[in-house]
Amino acid sequence: MNPFIEIITQPDNIAIVIMIIMVSFFMAWAFQQAFENDRRLAAGLPVEGENDNFVDTFKPLVRIELIIALVVMVGLTIWSIAIDAPLEEIANPTITPNPAKAPWYFLGLQELLVYFDPWLAGVVLPSLIVVGLLAIPYIDINPKGNGYYTFAERKYAIIIFSFGFFVLWLLLIVIGVFFRGPGWLWYWPWQEWDHARVVFEPTKDLTSVIGIDSRSIPGIIIGGIVVVSYLVGGMVAPYLYWKKNNPELLKQLGMVRYITITFLFVTMMSIPIKMILRLVFLVKYVWIIPWFGGINF
Amino acid sequence: MKRLPEITDKVKKNLIWKSIFRRDYRNTIRDRAQAVFGNVFLHLHPVQVRESAVKLRFTWGMGGITFFAFIILVITGVVLMFYYHPSVDQAYTDIKDLEFQVPYGVILRNLHRWGAHFMVIVVMIHMFRVFMTGSYKAPRQFNWGIGVFLLVLTFLLSFTGYLTPWDQLGFWAITVGTNMGAATPFLGYQGPFSEFLHITPYNDIRFALLGGAQVGGNALLRSYIWHCVAIPLVSIILMFVHFWRVRKDGGISKPQK
Repeated sequence: MNPFIEIITQPDNIAIVIMIIMVSFFMAWAFQQAFENDRRLAAGLPVEGENDNFVDTFKPLVRIELIIALVVMVGLTIWSIAIDAPLEEIANPTITPNPAKAPWYFLGLQELLVYFDPWLAGVVLPSLIVVGLLAIPYIDINPKGNGYYTFAERKYAIIIFSFGFFVLWLLLIVIGVFFRGPGWLWYWPWQEWDHARVVFEPTKDLTSVIGIDSRSIPGIIIGGIVVVSYLVGGMVAPYLYWKKNNPELLKQLGMVRYITITFLFVTMMSIPIKMILRLVFLVKYVWIIPWFGGINF
Repeated sequence: MKRLPEITDKVKKNLIWKSIFRRDYRNTIRDRAQAVFGNVFLHLHPVQVRESAVKLRFTWGMGGITFFAFIILVITGVVLMFYYHPSVDQAYTDIKDLEFQVPYGVILRNLHRWGAHFMVIVVMIHMFRVFMTGSYKAPRQFNWGIGVFLLVLTFLLSFTGYLTPWDQLGFWAITVGTNMGAATPFLGYQGPFSEFLHITPYNDIRFALLGGAQVGGNALLRSYIWHCVAIPLVSIILMFVHFWRVRKDGGISKPQK
Protein backbone atom coordinates (compact mmCIF):
# COMPACT_ATOMS: atom_id res chain seq x y z
CA MET A 1 0.00 0.00 0.00
CA ASN A 2 1.03 3.58 -0.54
CA PRO A 3 2.91 4.55 2.65
CA PHE A 4 0.99 7.81 2.90
CA ILE A 5 -2.39 6.05 2.88
CA GLU A 6 -0.95 3.58 5.36
CA ILE A 7 0.03 6.33 7.78
CA ILE A 8 -3.14 8.37 7.65
CA THR A 9 -5.39 5.34 7.99
CA GLN A 10 -3.70 4.10 11.15
CA PRO A 11 -6.53 4.18 13.70
CA ASP A 12 -4.86 6.66 16.05
CA ASN A 13 -3.85 8.93 13.19
CA ILE A 14 -7.42 9.26 11.99
CA ALA A 15 -7.87 11.46 15.06
CA ILE A 16 -5.19 13.76 13.68
CA VAL A 17 -6.84 13.85 10.27
CA ILE A 18 -10.10 14.78 12.02
CA MET A 19 -8.21 17.41 14.00
CA ILE A 20 -6.73 18.95 10.84
CA ILE A 21 -10.17 19.12 9.22
CA MET A 22 -11.86 20.58 12.31
CA VAL A 23 -9.11 23.08 13.07
CA SER A 24 -8.99 24.29 9.45
CA PHE A 25 -12.76 24.70 9.39
CA PHE A 26 -12.93 26.67 12.62
CA MET A 27 -9.88 28.74 11.75
CA ALA A 28 -11.58 29.78 8.51
CA TRP A 29 -14.83 30.49 10.35
CA ALA A 30 -13.10 32.60 13.00
CA PHE A 31 -11.21 34.72 10.50
CA GLN A 32 -14.25 35.07 8.25
CA GLN A 33 -16.22 36.48 11.18
CA ALA A 34 -13.27 38.64 12.22
CA PHE A 35 -13.02 40.22 8.75
CA GLU A 36 -16.80 40.62 8.60
CA ASN A 37 -16.75 42.54 11.90
CA ASP A 38 -13.77 44.58 10.69
CA ARG A 39 -15.82 45.70 7.70
CA ARG A 40 -18.67 46.69 10.02
CA LEU A 41 -16.34 48.57 12.35
CA ALA A 42 -14.82 50.42 9.41
CA ALA A 43 -18.32 51.38 8.26
CA GLY A 44 -19.26 52.52 11.76
CA LEU A 45 -21.81 49.73 12.18
CA PRO A 46 -22.24 47.68 15.36
CA VAL A 47 -20.39 44.35 15.46
CA GLU A 48 -22.31 41.14 15.42
CA GLY A 49 -24.06 40.47 18.71
CA GLU A 50 -23.68 44.02 19.99
CA ASN A 51 -27.41 44.67 20.06
CA ASP A 52 -28.40 41.20 21.17
CA ASN A 53 -31.74 40.58 22.77
CA PHE A 54 -32.26 38.09 25.53
CA VAL A 55 -33.98 34.79 24.95
CA ASP A 56 -35.18 32.17 27.40
CA THR A 57 -32.75 29.46 28.37
CA PHE A 58 -35.64 27.02 28.42
CA LYS A 59 -36.03 25.94 25.70
CA PRO A 60 -33.95 27.65 22.99
CA LEU A 61 -30.59 27.04 24.67
CA VAL A 62 -31.48 23.70 26.23
CA ARG A 63 -32.78 22.52 22.87
CA ILE A 64 -29.59 23.34 20.99
CA GLU A 65 -27.47 21.77 23.73
CA LEU A 66 -29.47 18.60 23.42
CA ILE A 67 -29.12 18.60 19.62
CA ILE A 68 -25.34 19.12 19.82
CA ALA A 69 -25.04 16.37 22.42
CA LEU A 70 -26.96 13.99 20.17
CA VAL A 71 -24.85 14.88 17.13
CA VAL A 72 -21.62 14.35 19.09
CA MET A 73 -22.90 11.07 20.51
CA VAL A 74 -23.96 9.79 17.08
CA GLY A 75 -20.65 10.89 15.54
CA LEU A 76 -18.57 9.20 18.23
CA THR A 77 -20.68 6.05 18.00
CA ILE A 78 -20.20 5.83 14.24
CA TRP A 79 -16.47 6.43 14.68
CA SER A 80 -16.36 3.69 17.32
CA ILE A 81 -18.28 1.21 15.21
CA ALA A 82 -16.23 1.90 12.08
CA ILE A 83 -12.72 1.96 13.53
CA ASP A 84 -11.24 -0.16 16.30
CA ALA A 85 -8.84 1.27 18.86
CA PRO A 86 -5.35 -0.13 18.31
CA LEU A 87 -3.92 -2.75 20.61
CA GLU A 88 -0.37 -3.79 19.91
CA GLU A 89 1.64 -6.68 21.33
CA ILE A 90 1.91 -6.94 25.11
CA ALA A 91 4.38 -4.47 26.64
CA ASN A 92 7.93 -5.74 26.33
CA PRO A 93 10.80 -3.69 27.77
CA THR A 94 13.31 -5.65 25.69
CA ILE A 95 11.84 -4.72 22.29
CA THR A 96 12.11 -1.02 21.54
CA PRO A 97 9.92 0.05 18.63
CA ASN A 98 11.55 2.38 16.15
CA PRO A 99 10.38 5.12 16.15
CA ALA A 100 9.02 5.21 19.72
CA LYS A 101 6.51 8.03 19.63
CA ALA A 102 4.76 9.85 22.46
CA PRO A 103 0.97 10.35 22.23
CA TRP A 104 0.13 12.52 19.24
CA TYR A 105 -0.60 15.75 21.16
CA PHE A 106 2.94 15.67 22.58
CA LEU A 107 4.65 14.98 19.26
CA GLY A 108 5.30 18.71 18.74
CA LEU A 109 7.36 18.62 21.92
CA GLN A 110 9.07 15.41 20.82
CA GLU A 111 9.89 17.10 17.52
CA LEU A 112 11.55 19.89 19.53
CA LEU A 113 14.03 17.28 20.78
CA VAL A 114 15.67 17.48 17.36
CA TYR A 115 16.52 21.11 17.99
CA PHE A 116 16.92 21.36 21.77
CA ASP A 117 18.29 19.23 24.58
CA PRO A 118 15.66 17.38 26.64
CA TRP A 119 15.80 19.74 29.63
CA LEU A 120 14.74 22.57 27.30
CA ALA A 121 12.44 20.73 24.88
CA GLY A 122 10.77 18.50 27.45
CA VAL A 123 10.70 20.61 30.59
CA VAL A 124 11.51 24.31 30.24
CA LEU A 125 9.72 25.10 26.97
CA PRO A 126 6.48 23.23 27.88
CA SER A 127 6.45 25.03 31.22
CA LEU A 128 6.92 28.33 29.43
CA ILE A 129 4.02 27.51 27.10
CA VAL A 130 1.78 27.13 30.14
CA VAL A 131 3.19 30.25 31.78
CA GLY A 132 2.78 32.18 28.54
CA LEU A 133 -0.84 31.08 28.13
CA LEU A 134 -1.59 32.05 31.73
CA ALA A 135 0.05 35.43 31.19
CA ILE A 136 -1.93 36.35 28.06
CA PRO A 137 -4.81 38.20 29.80
CA TYR A 138 -2.40 40.18 31.94
CA ILE A 139 0.09 41.22 29.27
CA ASP A 140 -2.46 42.03 26.56
CA ILE A 141 -3.54 45.52 27.62
CA ASN A 142 -5.39 46.28 24.40
CA PRO A 143 -8.95 47.00 25.58
CA LYS A 144 -10.41 46.54 22.10
CA GLY A 145 -11.71 43.32 20.64
CA ASN A 146 -13.29 42.21 23.91
CA GLY A 147 -16.14 39.81 23.25
CA TYR A 148 -16.26 39.77 19.45
CA TYR A 149 -14.27 38.48 16.50
CA THR A 150 -11.95 41.07 15.01
CA PHE A 151 -8.60 41.10 13.34
CA ALA A 152 -7.91 44.77 12.64
CA GLU A 153 -8.22 45.84 16.27
CA ARG A 154 -5.74 43.33 17.66
CA LYS A 155 -3.49 42.28 14.78
CA TYR A 156 -0.33 41.57 16.73
CA ALA A 157 -1.98 39.51 19.46
CA ILE A 158 -3.74 37.36 16.86
CA ILE A 159 -0.67 36.97 14.64
CA ILE A 160 1.57 35.91 17.54
CA PHE A 161 -1.01 33.54 19.03
CA SER A 162 -1.81 32.03 15.62
CA PHE A 163 1.88 31.50 14.91
CA GLY A 164 2.28 29.69 18.22
CA PHE A 165 -0.88 27.63 17.88
CA PHE A 166 -0.92 26.74 14.19
CA VAL A 167 2.79 26.58 13.40
CA LEU A 168 4.71 25.81 16.57
CA TRP A 169 2.07 23.56 18.14
CA LEU A 170 -0.09 21.99 15.40
CA LEU A 171 2.34 21.95 12.47
CA LEU A 172 5.04 20.33 14.62
CA ILE A 173 2.50 17.70 15.70
CA VAL A 174 1.68 16.99 12.06
CA ILE A 175 5.39 16.72 11.26
CA GLY A 176 5.93 14.38 14.20
CA VAL A 177 3.03 12.16 13.18
CA PHE A 178 3.34 12.05 9.40
CA PHE A 179 6.92 12.95 8.51
CA ARG A 180 9.04 11.20 11.12
CA GLY A 181 10.03 7.57 10.69
CA PRO A 182 12.64 5.19 12.11
CA GLY A 183 15.48 6.97 13.86
CA TRP A 184 13.23 10.07 13.88
CA LEU A 185 14.50 10.67 10.35
CA TRP A 186 12.50 12.74 7.90
CA TYR A 187 10.32 10.69 5.57
CA TRP A 188 8.14 12.19 2.88
CA PRO A 189 4.69 10.63 2.78
CA TRP A 190 5.49 8.79 -0.44
CA GLN A 191 8.72 7.30 0.91
CA GLU A 192 8.81 3.79 2.30
CA TRP A 193 10.11 3.55 5.91
CA ASP A 194 13.55 1.99 5.84
CA HIS A 195 14.82 0.68 9.17
CA ALA A 196 18.35 0.21 7.86
CA ARG A 197 18.61 3.77 6.59
CA VAL A 198 21.43 5.76 8.09
CA VAL A 199 21.78 9.40 7.34
CA PHE A 200 25.17 10.86 7.92
CA GLU A 201 24.53 14.46 8.77
CA PRO A 202 27.73 15.98 10.06
CA THR A 203 26.14 18.52 12.39
CA LYS A 204 28.41 21.13 13.82
CA ASP A 205 28.17 23.80 16.45
CA LEU A 206 27.93 27.45 15.62
CA THR A 207 31.49 28.35 16.57
CA SER A 208 32.99 25.43 14.65
CA VAL A 209 31.60 27.05 11.50
CA ILE A 210 34.24 29.75 11.95
CA GLY A 211 36.83 27.18 12.99
CA ILE A 212 36.71 27.49 16.78
CA ASP A 213 36.11 24.35 18.85
CA SER A 214 32.78 24.87 20.58
CA ARG A 215 34.04 23.11 23.71
CA SER A 216 37.15 25.22 24.05
CA ILE A 217 37.12 28.31 26.26
CA PRO A 218 37.01 30.77 23.33
CA GLY A 219 34.21 28.73 21.75
CA ILE A 220 32.23 28.79 24.98
CA ILE A 221 32.73 32.52 25.35
CA ILE A 222 31.70 33.28 21.78
CA GLY A 223 28.68 30.99 22.01
CA GLY A 224 27.70 32.68 25.25
CA ILE A 225 27.99 36.11 23.68
CA VAL A 226 25.75 35.03 20.80
CA VAL A 227 23.03 33.57 23.04
CA VAL A 228 23.11 36.34 25.62
CA SER A 229 23.13 39.08 23.01
CA TYR A 230 20.18 37.40 21.26
CA LEU A 231 18.21 37.32 24.52
CA VAL A 232 19.22 40.75 25.74
CA GLY A 233 19.17 42.32 22.30
CA GLY A 234 15.76 40.85 21.56
CA MET A 235 14.45 42.26 24.81
CA VAL A 236 16.07 45.69 24.53
CA ALA A 237 15.54 46.42 20.83
CA PRO A 238 11.75 46.88 21.03
CA TYR A 239 12.29 49.21 23.99
CA LEU A 240 14.54 51.47 21.97
CA TYR A 241 12.17 51.33 19.01
CA TRP A 242 9.05 52.12 21.02
CA LYS A 243 10.80 54.77 23.06
CA LYS A 244 11.36 56.67 19.87
CA ASN A 245 8.11 55.89 18.06
CA ASN A 246 5.53 55.06 20.71
CA PRO A 247 6.61 56.11 24.23
CA GLU A 248 2.99 56.11 25.36
CA LEU A 249 2.80 52.35 24.80
CA LEU A 250 5.87 51.73 26.97
CA LYS A 251 4.35 53.80 29.76
CA GLN A 252 1.10 51.86 29.58
CA LEU A 253 2.89 48.51 29.56
CA GLY A 254 5.16 49.14 32.53
CA MET A 255 8.43 47.37 33.17
CA VAL A 256 7.11 44.03 34.47
CA ARG A 257 4.76 43.53 31.54
CA TYR A 258 7.39 44.66 29.06
CA ILE A 259 9.95 42.18 30.36
CA THR A 260 7.42 39.33 30.44
CA ILE A 261 6.23 39.99 26.89
CA THR A 262 9.67 40.34 25.36
CA PHE A 263 11.11 37.37 27.25
CA LEU A 264 8.27 35.09 26.17
CA PHE A 265 8.44 36.38 22.60
CA VAL A 266 12.22 36.02 22.29
CA THR A 267 12.01 32.49 23.73
CA MET A 268 9.21 31.59 21.34
CA MET A 269 11.11 32.89 18.34
CA SER A 270 14.19 30.92 19.36
CA ILE A 271 12.31 27.80 18.26
CA PRO A 272 11.98 28.67 14.54
CA ILE A 273 15.48 30.18 14.61
CA LYS A 274 16.94 27.00 16.04
CA MET A 275 14.94 24.92 13.55
CA ILE A 276 16.34 26.85 10.60
CA LEU A 277 19.87 26.64 12.01
CA ARG A 278 19.53 22.90 12.40
CA LEU A 279 17.65 22.02 9.21
CA VAL A 280 19.29 24.43 6.78
CA PHE A 281 22.77 25.01 8.20
CA LEU A 282 23.15 21.72 10.15
CA VAL A 283 24.05 23.67 13.28
CA LYS A 284 23.27 21.67 16.42
CA TYR A 285 24.33 23.88 19.30
CA VAL A 286 24.92 27.59 19.52
CA TRP A 287 26.35 27.57 23.01
CA ILE A 288 27.77 24.62 24.90
CA ILE A 289 28.36 24.82 28.63
CA PRO A 290 30.13 21.57 29.46
CA TRP A 291 29.78 22.03 33.23
CA PHE A 292 26.90 21.41 35.70
CA GLY A 293 25.92 18.25 33.85
CA GLY A 294 25.84 19.97 30.47
CA ILE A 295 23.72 22.99 29.56
CA ASN A 296 23.56 23.38 25.82
CA PHE A 297 21.60 25.90 23.82
CA MET B 1 -57.54 7.15 22.72
CA LYS B 2 -60.34 9.12 24.26
CA ARG B 3 -59.04 8.08 27.61
CA LEU B 4 -55.54 9.46 27.09
CA PRO B 5 -56.18 12.83 28.77
CA GLU B 6 -57.75 10.92 31.62
CA ILE B 7 -54.66 8.76 31.96
CA THR B 8 -52.25 11.71 31.86
CA ASP B 9 -54.44 13.42 34.39
CA LYS B 10 -54.28 10.40 36.66
CA VAL B 11 -50.51 10.22 36.29
CA LYS B 12 -50.00 13.91 36.96
CA LYS B 13 -52.35 14.15 39.90
CA ASN B 14 -50.56 11.23 41.45
CA LEU B 15 -48.73 11.74 44.73
CA ILE B 16 -45.46 10.36 43.36
CA TRP B 17 -45.49 12.51 40.22
CA LYS B 18 -46.26 15.60 42.28
CA SER B 19 -43.40 14.87 44.62
CA ILE B 20 -40.98 14.82 41.66
CA PHE B 21 -42.39 17.69 39.59
CA ARG B 22 -43.66 20.21 42.08
CA ARG B 23 -45.77 22.14 39.62
CA ASP B 24 -47.36 21.93 36.20
CA TYR B 25 -45.51 23.33 33.23
CA ARG B 26 -47.73 25.87 31.50
CA ASN B 27 -45.21 27.64 29.22
CA THR B 28 -45.49 30.95 31.03
CA ILE B 29 -42.48 33.18 31.69
CA ARG B 30 -42.59 32.07 35.29
CA ASP B 31 -42.64 28.38 34.39
CA ARG B 32 -39.84 28.69 31.83
CA ALA B 33 -37.71 30.33 34.48
CA GLN B 34 -38.75 27.74 37.05
CA ALA B 35 -37.68 25.00 34.62
CA VAL B 36 -34.14 26.35 34.78
CA PHE B 37 -33.60 27.33 38.39
CA GLY B 38 -35.76 24.54 39.73
CA ASN B 39 -33.50 21.95 38.13
CA VAL B 40 -30.15 21.14 39.65
CA PHE B 41 -28.55 20.41 36.26
CA LEU B 42 -30.03 23.33 34.34
CA HIS B 43 -29.53 25.93 37.04
CA LEU B 44 -25.94 26.18 35.86
CA HIS B 45 -27.55 28.41 33.23
CA PRO B 46 -29.09 31.80 33.78
CA VAL B 47 -32.83 31.98 33.18
CA GLN B 48 -32.28 34.08 30.09
CA VAL B 49 -29.28 34.23 27.79
CA ARG B 50 -28.19 36.53 25.02
CA GLU B 51 -29.01 35.51 21.46
CA SER B 52 -25.35 34.88 20.65
CA ALA B 53 -25.28 32.12 23.26
CA VAL B 54 -27.92 30.27 21.28
CA LYS B 55 -26.37 30.77 17.86
CA LEU B 56 -23.60 28.41 16.90
CA ARG B 57 -21.63 31.12 15.10
CA PHE B 58 -20.19 32.75 18.16
CA THR B 59 -19.19 29.98 20.59
CA TRP B 60 -19.32 26.95 18.27
CA GLY B 61 -20.57 25.17 21.39
CA MET B 62 -17.00 24.06 21.99
CA GLY B 63 -16.88 24.45 25.77
CA GLY B 64 -20.11 22.53 26.14
CA ILE B 65 -18.90 19.86 23.72
CA THR B 66 -15.72 19.47 25.77
CA PHE B 67 -17.79 19.00 28.91
CA PHE B 68 -20.04 16.53 27.13
CA ALA B 69 -17.00 14.57 25.94
CA PHE B 70 -15.80 14.50 29.54
CA ILE B 71 -19.15 13.06 30.67
CA ILE B 72 -18.99 10.37 27.96
CA LEU B 73 -15.47 9.51 29.11
CA VAL B 74 -16.51 9.28 32.76
CA ILE B 75 -19.39 6.97 31.94
CA THR B 76 -17.47 4.69 29.57
CA GLY B 77 -14.47 4.86 31.90
CA VAL B 78 -16.47 3.68 34.90
CA VAL B 79 -17.87 0.77 32.90
CA LEU B 80 -14.39 -0.12 31.65
CA MET B 81 -13.17 -0.23 35.25
CA PHE B 82 -15.48 -3.18 35.89
CA TYR B 83 -13.43 -5.22 33.42
CA TYR B 84 -9.93 -4.10 34.26
CA HIS B 85 -7.18 -4.92 36.76
CA PRO B 86 -4.26 -2.49 36.93
CA SER B 87 -1.65 -5.22 37.22
CA VAL B 88 1.06 -6.28 34.80
CA ASP B 89 -0.26 -9.85 34.75
CA GLN B 90 -3.86 -9.01 33.94
CA ALA B 91 -4.09 -5.61 32.27
CA TYR B 92 -3.32 -6.74 28.74
CA THR B 93 -5.51 -9.86 28.87
CA ASP B 94 -8.34 -7.76 30.29
CA ILE B 95 -8.22 -5.62 27.17
CA LYS B 96 -8.17 -8.76 25.03
CA ASP B 97 -11.22 -9.96 26.95
CA LEU B 98 -12.93 -6.70 26.15
CA GLU B 99 -12.26 -7.44 22.52
CA PHE B 100 -13.37 -11.05 22.45
CA GLN B 101 -15.49 -11.85 25.53
CA VAL B 102 -17.30 -8.80 26.87
CA PRO B 103 -20.54 -7.96 25.01
CA TYR B 104 -20.02 -4.66 23.20
CA GLY B 105 -16.60 -4.47 24.84
CA VAL B 106 -14.96 -3.33 21.61
CA ILE B 107 -17.36 -0.42 21.14
CA LEU B 108 -17.03 0.48 24.80
CA ARG B 109 -13.26 0.72 24.52
CA ASN B 110 -13.43 2.50 21.15
CA LEU B 111 -15.83 5.09 22.54
CA HIS B 112 -13.45 5.77 25.40
CA ARG B 113 -10.39 6.09 23.20
CA TRP B 114 -11.93 8.13 20.39
CA GLY B 115 -13.81 10.21 22.93
CA ALA B 116 -10.47 11.02 24.55
CA HIS B 117 -8.90 12.08 21.25
CA PHE B 118 -12.03 14.08 20.50
CA MET B 119 -11.88 15.87 23.85
CA VAL B 120 -8.26 16.89 23.30
CA ILE B 121 -9.17 18.30 19.89
CA VAL B 122 -12.25 20.24 20.98
CA VAL B 123 -10.62 21.66 24.10
CA MET B 124 -7.89 23.17 21.90
CA ILE B 125 -10.49 24.61 19.51
CA HIS B 126 -12.38 26.00 22.52
CA MET B 127 -9.25 27.82 23.62
CA PHE B 128 -8.76 29.14 20.10
CA ARG B 129 -12.33 30.48 20.03
CA VAL B 130 -11.96 32.17 23.40
CA PHE B 131 -8.75 33.78 22.20
CA MET B 132 -10.19 34.93 18.87
CA THR B 133 -13.19 36.61 20.51
CA GLY B 134 -10.93 38.28 23.07
CA SER B 135 -13.00 36.66 25.79
CA TYR B 136 -10.01 36.38 28.13
CA LYS B 137 -10.05 40.14 28.58
CA ALA B 138 -11.46 41.84 31.67
CA PRO B 139 -13.32 40.65 33.63
CA ARG B 140 -12.51 37.10 32.53
CA GLN B 141 -8.72 36.96 33.02
CA PHE B 142 -8.88 34.55 35.94
CA ASN B 143 -11.23 32.16 34.19
CA TRP B 144 -8.84 31.96 31.22
CA GLY B 145 -6.20 30.80 33.70
CA ILE B 146 -8.52 28.10 35.06
CA GLY B 147 -9.08 27.08 31.45
CA VAL B 148 -5.34 26.77 30.82
CA PHE B 149 -5.06 24.40 33.80
CA LEU B 150 -8.04 22.40 32.49
CA LEU B 151 -6.28 22.13 29.12
CA VAL B 152 -3.15 20.76 30.79
CA LEU B 153 -5.25 18.36 32.86
CA THR B 154 -6.95 17.13 29.68
CA PHE B 155 -3.56 16.29 28.20
CA LEU B 156 -2.52 14.56 31.43
CA LEU B 157 -5.76 12.58 31.60
CA SER B 158 -5.20 11.30 28.10
CA PHE B 159 -1.50 10.67 28.73
CA THR B 160 -2.04 8.64 31.92
CA GLY B 161 -4.70 6.56 30.15
CA TYR B 162 -2.23 5.65 27.43
CA LEU B 163 -0.38 3.14 29.60
CA THR B 164 -3.41 1.26 30.93
CA PRO B 165 -3.74 -1.32 28.08
CA TRP B 166 -0.16 -2.37 28.86
CA ASP B 167 0.72 -2.83 25.19
CA GLN B 168 3.83 -1.78 23.28
CA LEU B 169 2.22 1.46 22.12
CA GLY B 170 1.41 2.69 25.62
CA PHE B 171 4.52 1.31 27.24
CA TRP B 172 6.91 3.11 24.93
CA ALA B 173 4.87 6.30 24.73
CA ILE B 174 5.01 6.53 28.52
CA THR B 175 8.71 5.63 28.49
CA VAL B 176 9.43 8.44 26.03
CA GLY B 177 7.21 10.87 27.93
CA THR B 178 8.52 10.22 31.41
CA ASN B 179 12.13 10.25 30.20
CA MET B 180 11.58 13.99 29.97
CA GLY B 181 11.20 13.95 33.74
CA ALA B 182 14.75 12.67 33.99
CA ALA B 183 15.93 15.77 32.13
CA THR B 184 14.39 18.24 34.58
CA PRO B 185 16.96 20.77 35.79
CA PHE B 186 17.93 20.11 39.44
CA LEU B 187 15.38 17.31 39.96
CA GLY B 188 16.03 14.84 37.13
CA TYR B 189 19.16 12.72 37.15
CA GLN B 190 20.10 13.66 33.58
CA GLY B 191 19.19 17.30 33.94
CA PRO B 192 21.62 20.14 34.55
CA PHE B 193 22.57 20.98 38.16
CA SER B 194 21.23 17.66 39.45
CA GLU B 195 24.64 16.59 40.71
CA PHE B 196 24.52 19.31 43.34
CA LEU B 197 21.42 17.74 44.88
CA HIS B 198 22.84 14.18 44.63
CA ILE B 199 20.05 13.16 42.29
CA THR B 200 20.24 9.60 40.93
CA PRO B 201 17.84 7.51 38.82
CA TYR B 202 16.47 6.26 42.13
CA ASN B 203 15.41 9.54 43.70
CA ASP B 204 14.54 11.89 40.86
CA ILE B 205 11.27 13.13 39.39
CA ARG B 206 11.02 10.27 36.95
CA PHE B 207 11.30 7.80 39.81
CA ALA B 208 8.46 9.60 41.57
CA LEU B 209 6.29 9.49 38.45
CA LEU B 210 6.92 5.82 37.73
CA GLY B 211 7.32 4.46 41.24
CA GLY B 212 10.53 2.88 40.00
CA ALA B 213 13.52 3.43 37.76
CA GLN B 214 11.63 2.11 34.75
CA VAL B 215 8.08 1.58 33.55
CA GLY B 216 6.70 -1.42 35.45
CA GLY B 217 3.90 -2.55 37.71
CA ASN B 218 4.16 0.47 39.99
CA ALA B 219 3.99 2.83 37.03
CA LEU B 220 0.87 1.01 35.79
CA LEU B 221 -0.81 1.35 39.19
CA ARG B 222 0.19 5.00 39.48
CA SER B 223 -1.01 5.94 36.04
CA TYR B 224 -4.26 4.08 36.73
CA ILE B 225 -4.90 6.00 39.95
CA TRP B 226 -3.93 9.34 38.41
CA HIS B 227 -6.14 8.53 35.43
CA CYS B 228 -9.23 7.24 37.20
CA VAL B 229 -9.27 9.12 40.48
CA ALA B 230 -6.80 11.92 41.12
CA ILE B 231 -6.85 13.94 37.89
CA PRO B 232 -10.62 13.59 37.31
CA LEU B 233 -11.23 14.85 40.86
CA VAL B 234 -9.06 17.91 40.33
CA SER B 235 -10.58 18.46 36.89
CA ILE B 236 -14.12 18.33 38.25
CA ILE B 237 -13.29 20.87 40.95
CA LEU B 238 -11.71 23.20 38.39
CA MET B 239 -14.71 22.72 36.08
CA PHE B 240 -17.02 23.83 38.88
CA VAL B 241 -14.92 26.96 39.27
CA HIS B 242 -14.74 27.46 35.50
CA PHE B 243 -18.52 27.25 34.97
CA TRP B 244 -19.27 29.27 38.09
CA ARG B 245 -16.97 32.03 36.95
CA VAL B 246 -18.56 32.09 33.49
CA ARG B 247 -21.81 33.00 35.26
CA LYS B 248 -20.24 35.40 37.74
CA ASP B 249 -18.23 37.19 35.05
CA GLY B 250 -21.43 37.97 33.17
CA GLY B 251 -22.15 34.88 31.08
CA ILE B 252 -20.99 34.28 27.51
CA SER B 253 -18.83 37.25 26.60
CA LYS B 254 -20.49 40.08 24.74
CA PRO B 255 -19.01 42.94 22.71
CA GLN B 256 -17.64 45.56 25.09
CA LYS B 257 -16.59 48.73 23.38
